[in-house]
Amino acid sequence: MSRYLIRRLGQALLVVAGVVTLTFVIMRLVPGDPAVAYAGPRASPAELAAARRQFGLDDPVPVQLWNYVRDLLGGDWGVSLHTRRPVKDDLFQAFPASLELVGAALVIAVVAGIPLGVAAARYKGKFPDLSIRLSSMLAVSVPVFWLALALQTIFASALGWFPVAGEYDTGLDRTSPLHVYTNITAVDALFTGNWPILGSTLSHLVLPALVIAAYPAGVVAQMTRAALIEESARDHARLERALGFGETAVLTRFALRPALNPVLSLIALVFAYSIVNGFLVEAVFNWPGLGRYAADSIRSLDTPAIAGVTLLVAVLYVLANLAVDLLQGVIDPRVRTR
Amino acid sequence: MTAPGPSGAPVAPLPLRRTALSRLVGGLAGVDRLALAGAVLLGLIVLAALLAPWIAPYPDDGGSATHPLEALLPPSGAHWFGTDQVGRDVLSRVLYGARTSLVIAVAVLALSGIVGVVLGVVAGYAGGWERDVIMRVTDVFLAFPALLLSLALAVVLQPSVTTVIVAIAVTWWPWYARLTASVAASVSTRGFVDSACCLGVPAPLIVFRHVLPNSLTPVLVQLSLDGGGVILTAAALSYLGLGAHEPTAEWGLMVQQGQSLFTTDWWVVTFPGLAILVTAFAFNVLGEGLRARLAR
Repeated sequence: MSRYLIRRLGQALLVVAGVVTLTFVIMRLVPGDPAVAYAGPRASPAELAAARRQFGLDDPVPVQLWNYVRDLLGGDWGVSLHTRRPVKDDLFQAFPASLELVGAALVIAVVAGIPLGVAAARYKGKFPDLSIRLSSMLAVSVPVFWLALALQTIFASALGWFPVAGEYDTGLDRTSPLHVYTNITAVDALFTGNWPILGSTLSHLVLPALVIAAYPAGVVAQMTRAALIEESARDHARLERALGFGETAVLTRFALRPALNPVLSLIALVFAYSIVNGFLVEAVFNWPGLGRYAADSIRSLDTPAIAGVTLLVAVLYVLANLAVDLLQGVIDPRVRTR
Repeated sequence: MTAPGPSGAPVAPLPLRRTALSRLVGGLAGVDRLALAGAVLLGLIVLAALLAPWIAPYPDDGGSATHPLEALLPPSGAHWFGTDQVGRDVLSRVLYGARTSLVIAVAVLALSGIVGVVLGVVAGYAGGWERDVIMRVTDVFLAFPALLLSLALAVVLQPSVTTVIVAIAVTWWPWYARLTASVAASVSTRGFVDSACCLGVPAPLIVFRHVLPNSLTPVLVQLSLDGGGVILTAAALSYLGLGAHEPTAEWGLMVQQGQSLFTTDWWVVTFPGLAILVTAFAFNVLGEGLRARLAR
């Protein structure tokens, strides 16, 4: 196991190094001279030269890359052009809100997707299967920004069942101020017993979480169905049928557990995807997470902020993959030799 | 498709009488019904895109025409999908938007498919350090969720349809490289490749004439499965203002331009969004059906 661990960690480090390099290359592609953008169009040649020196633009590209990596490791992720704050601080503030939203969405996706997958596998080829397959394909085909707008318009603006935007009713800050520990509002409110804010956060969560949940719920249902059908064709399922277990019992009591393994690793993979999908949803619901931050950065062409978001999400993705692989290595020793 | 019997074991379908009709249906039954439905739906969308200048009720509205007096009319006999902020017919723009979306999808899939297949087949046949280098590079690209990397690229390039195509293709090719590499590696161990090698056929010829054609099927299925993803990503980029711009008819852009009007003038946003949904759905149904057929 320790050899597998070391090899897998080495691979992950290599990928992170590549991710940093690629981000650096993309940010170098920016048309126009960053020194001109900084010093202004009427800057004298001397001022321009000073700006170039300050940003290290006169250095050879490998030296610039090295400086970039050094700054990142030293915690200097640059300064955002639109918030005028260090990108790292912005990310630390925005990320927990995204985590809250995507976490809620993934819970919805699992709670809806796995039973639907089981039902589809149980009635394979019949009407329930067909309708579940078609709706899961619809769920993965829907443009999230459009679904977000539609749900917001219907259930918040028109019917008034849910709040239109935001993370919680900020008016509550005065009557029942929130002690911030994790920056995940729902968690902070729960552990400090701040029920008004918890209630407000949960009602604000429903619509955006449902929108983000559509894609993972669809994929989880499809994956559960496929894995169950494969599992229920194995010898152990034949034995269980021979012992007189009904088809539902074979699926839920025996086939489901081994079938969940690929489903769980799939969930880790759609986690990063959902964070990025959440970008568009956060922008619509004005959720104070990474997505709204990214959307604002895009609007103001704020490259340091975009580079920061890109790096953070890519590194998270690598870590999620690593965690899944290590976990599977523990559960299933055969994985280690692959 | 054979349905499972009560015991869960497959039961052979009853033999059909061979009339002309049943032979036609029988021929089609070999094709997954799902794949067929997806293909028909996609065919209709392609047809609508090709014929847009002739079937659109107001062909000029696909571009920069404006009719301020007819702005924001609700759906009616004259304008089935209503009109937008500057009085253009939404149905016409949705039809023209099919052109933009399909051009993007085809260009992205062709570009990333070609790059991915060529690199993948080389990696799979050569093995050794060539494979390691190519696979590590794909690892790096696959560490970015597709929308994120295309977003970062699209921000630093000028917003346009070409930017969208390039940005998505850059994030898309590694999937095909990996898929092709694994298939090509197993094809390379087959007898006919060894024979070609023994006959002194030069390596490039072996790779491109013998290994490549035999490694293509899974990639082609994957390409049709990915059309929906490309359409959704492209629409998202345009929605964020990083893709097509006025007066191009593009579904994501139409949603963005109309989003503040959703409560009052729902048709401006609803129909372009439905168009994205239906097109992505058609690709996904086709791909699902093809995959199910291939897996059998």
